[in-house]
Amino acid sequence: MATIHIDGKTYQVKEGRNLLETCLSLGLDLPYFCWHPALGSVGACRQCAVKTFRDEQDTKGRLVMSCMEPVKDQLRLSISDKEAAAFREQVIGWLMTNHPHDCAVCDEGGSCHLQDMTVMTGHSYRNYHFSKRTHKNQYLGPFLNHEMNRCIQCYRCVRFYKDFAGGKDMDVFAAHNHVYFGRHRDGILESEFSGNLAEVCPTGVFTDKTLKQHYTRKWDMTYAPSVCQGCGLGCNIIAGERYGSLRQITTRYNGAVNGYFLCDRGRYGYEFVNSSRRIKQAAVRALTGTDIGTAEVLQYVKDKLASGKVIGIGSPRASLESNFALQQLVGRPHFHLGMSDTEHDLTTLALKILRQGHVRTPSMQEAATADAVVILGEDLLNTAPMMALSVRQAVNRQPAQEAMNTTHVANWQDAAVREAMQDKHGPCFILNVQPTRLDELATVAYQTAPETIARIGFALARALGAPLAGINDLTDQEQQLVTQMAAALMNAARPLVIAGYGSACEGVLRAASNICEALHQHAKPSMLVLTTPECNSMGLEMLGGLRLDSAVDAVMNGEADTVIILENDLYRRLDKHAADNFFRRCKEVILIDHLYNATAEKATVLLPAGTFAESDGTMVNNEGRAQRFLQVYAPATTAIQESWRWLLQLGRVTNCERLRNMEFFDDVIHALTQQVRCFAGIEKLTPPADFRIAGQKIPREPHRYSGRTAMLANISVSEPKPPVDGDTPLSFTMEGYRGEPPSSVIPFFWWPGWNSVQSINKFQVEIGGSLHDGDPGKRLIEPGGNGQLTFFTDVPDHFVACAGHLQLVPLYHIYGSEELSVHTPGIAERMPAPYIMLSPEDARRYQVAEQHQLQVAVDGHPYTFMVKVNPALQRGMAGIPAGLPGTGIVNMPQMAKV
Amino acid sequence: MFSLLRSMWLVFLHMFHKRETYQYPEHKAPIPARWRGRIALTRDPDGGERCVGCYLCAAACPVDCISLQATEAEDGRRYPLFFRINFSRCIFCGFCEEACPTYAIQLLPDFEMAEYNRQNLVYEKEDLLINSQGKYPGYNYYRVAGMSIQGKDKGEAEHEEPPVDIKSLLP
Repeated sequence: MATIHIDGKTYQVKEGRNLLETCLSLGLDLPYFCWHPALGSVGACRQCAVKTFRDEQDTKGRLVMSCMEPVKDQLRLSISDKEAAAFREQVIGWLMTNHPHDCAVCDEGGSCHLQDMTVMTGHSYRNYHFSKRTHKNQYLGPFLNHEMNRCIQCYRCVRFYKDFAGGKDMDVFAAHNHVYFGRHRDGILESEFSGNLAEVCPTGVFTDKTLKQHYTRKWDMTYAPSVCQGCGLGCNIIAGERYGSLRQITTRYNGAVNGYFLCDRGRYGYEFVNSSRRIKQAAVRALTGTDIGTAEVLQYVKDKLASGKVIGIGSPRASLESNFALQQLVGRPHFHLGMSDTEHDLTTLALKILRQGHVRTPSMQEAATADAVVILGEDLLNTAPMMALSVRQAVNRQPAQEAMNTTHVANWQDAAVREAMQDKHGPCFILNVQPTRLDELATVAYQTAPETIARIGFALARALGAPLAGINDLTDQEQQLVTQMAAALMNAARPLVIAGYGSACEGVLRAASNICEALHQHAKPSMLVLTTPECNSMGLEMLGGLRLDSAVDAVMNGEADTVIILENDLYRRLDKHAADNFFRRCKEVILIDHLYNATAEKATVLLPAGTFAESDGTMVNNEGRAQRFLQVYAPATTAIQESWRWLLQLGRVTNCERLRNMEFFDDVIHALTQQVRCFAGIEKLTPPADFRIAGQKIPREPHRYSGRTAMLANISVSEPKPPVDGDTPLSFTMEGYRGEPPSSVIPFFWWPGWNSVQSINKFQVEIGGSLHDGDPGKRLIEPGGNGQLTFFTDVPDHFVACAGHLQLVPLYHIYGSEELSVHTPGIAERMPAPYIMLSPEDARRYQVAEQHQLQVAVDGHPYTFMVKVNPALQRGMAGIPAGLPGTGIVNMPQMAKV
Repeated sequence: MFSLLRSMWLVFLHMFHKRETYQYPEHKAPIPARWRGRIALTRDPDGGERCVGCYLCAAACPVDCISLQATEAEDGRRYPLFFRINFSRCIFCGFCEEACPTYAIQLLPDFEMAEYNRQNLVYEKEDLLINSQGKYPGYNYYRVAGMSIQGKDKGEAEHEEPPVDIKSLLP
């Protein structure tokens, strides 16, 4: 700790940080542009000038840039010094010489850091009377809008895009007051993290294009804290609504999970909520054409449930509460997990490893502190994109440390550290079936079959001292790779191993576990990340239930004839023909879902469920962290309800004993924690519904929310009573407690004088640290719980190419593999067409080339795909895009006949 | 006694003064140009809608009686998809006019808006839009500032230089 004096007041602060961070952490207002908490300092904008003084007698002082000045004990500085304040005002005046006066048509207005800082410095009058330089804009794809005239040359965009996220196709061009930030020519920004530019840019050069389609100012949206549904990582998001449709997703800072950023699938994949395919009315197929209300539908379902043999099928994309309510309604012996076979096996294994192993699974921010990385069979940028961003930071760890040791600069001296590092990367090994976009970071990137990856993993575990049988049939290159990886892992202080569902091979997960257990024997604090396929796969697995197979068997054997399906499209879990047969044998199919999909086509009863934006719920991410998402807005029609509320109502009409006395969200959570022990503690994720601060609820709307008395006046001039939220401590209005709410229920980040996302500074314990009363979420799985797991010994067999057959392996795509996000037009635009990827040998053998059509048969059913050839693919294997609409093949790996 | 007679005399003299009472509605009172009456959306000299849907009027409104949705036309101009004022809530404070960066929303010297049915006091864009520039003739926001639109490319607004050729090496 150091003692510093700011404007005559004495503070105790942490040493080693810069003055800007320190001042902001202390809650003082100091303007800045080029500094970003995640990107460090470069001292480019000269906006954060303060005065430092030599000692108590020094009255003159000198101007310094606070972002470039380290904290020293007994340092004296002044923020409010007249000269410093005048300097800051002058600087922003210069920055604004070419800024167009177009706030009225700028999407950033109202959440603009430049506006905030201009007000903060007091710059109010333009002294520059000459003409402004202008720039042409570029087309940057479906996600970002470019308006280069607004640029103030802070360089944050390229520092994020190139340095932090590893993008290649954006840079700074030209010189002096002509500098231009963009691509070398118009085109789609390639990076999976490009959407963050909208938040990183302090002004409106890069703005959210999907928001522009239904533009709403920040102050006009109804917000709630939410959790991304795009993959198993569970990044925290803030969702904003206006006029009954979801408008925007922004990052909800969580110091443990996603930090300041989001991937583009998470940021832009929300538009399924506004889709025209939404189910908006409860419907019964047998009563089509008649005008029936919810009560009649419930009555119909009650009769069917009473007469039928009922089973329930849950869903990895539904909340824990909904799955639990279904489990209670149908009874534990009749509850099936709605996961495909492969996903089920992989998630079960992942849960077993995390529960029984000795190794801790890190959060994304912890993973970023690793200094050696081994990725087994995972194309991270497509299966768990934000984890790839953590890996990018992790591979910089070692060279950055070296640079700091040799040049003696602090880690926040971004430009200096990067200059000293040059292109060096720490040890990183990527083994996958095809090259990945992270390979550029890899010390060695090696492509082979998943089984071989597993075998290399087992050999690596043995090389690290695991008591396993030797694997003798590795090639020389593979053997060398094992030695190299073993050395790197042994040298590392915090090694990280990543595996997961991407390889679709249990052996790979076992190998990853073995490697970490072997490192554990050496008392190395190793970390193991296992990715999961969907947002609540892990939670569903922890809740427990029967396999989907057994549901099919039960219906086929006649043991069941009525199925309740919860938020699930079985055509994504089962082979099309198996699903068709299954539905043919079902007497009643009751579907609770929000989008009209192939399963809805077969349903006899449709109950409209709320999406994540219209529901409260809890999900468990791949690290076993339970996180709560809260309802953003009340749907326009009362027919749309949370899935768990539908199930509670079904419980009420059928007099289900297990669902007795449950009405509100807190009741479901209470019952869940009572019945399933591993979920103990999730009731504290957010405060209960009766939580009040100073007798008030927490408002979902900012205090400057507009149009209350006009937005519904076209329907009726008498304003309706706002909806009442009995499930959460949040209110649907702008009335309520205006101070800082508990971190888990912060609906939006705003602070007086700080309208932009930069106001996060005011909610953190220290810059880049956790939120004021801890980061939201609770880890339910901690290592060494029982420590039963030691080593897996079942090494998978070598992959052997089979004549006339191809082994189909799943290839994941950030845009396309996820079920819901493809309903965003921009994501659909970037989705590839279905294809089959072959090795050149196989392409020759089957006499096809790129763009040709190839027909393969799976279980006797033909599928035709366009051929892509990839020289890195193993002979005898074929890659099929997983989950892509129109692909039709589920449950990979599978053998296919050519 | 004297003061009594004086008062009667003064009252008597008023009979010959100019009448201040207007025979409304047959006679209308002259209203100053800056009178804060009915709100209208004006047009720019080209006839285009001046409103760019920036939401500032809605934010400034103390009774929250303005609601709108911004959208963008093919030619790049922003305009309100709908623009609704609930005059049964409006207090005619004029804050919306002050907040408007494009002189679009203006309060006119017209107060004759009474209705028997309150619902009829909800004005939509069609009711608000007038075929006039209102109090600020000649002003065209897109000529002064704003993004490029059809017919006004980058560098063609006032006080703008032609767009930079970023591939040029000249200083």
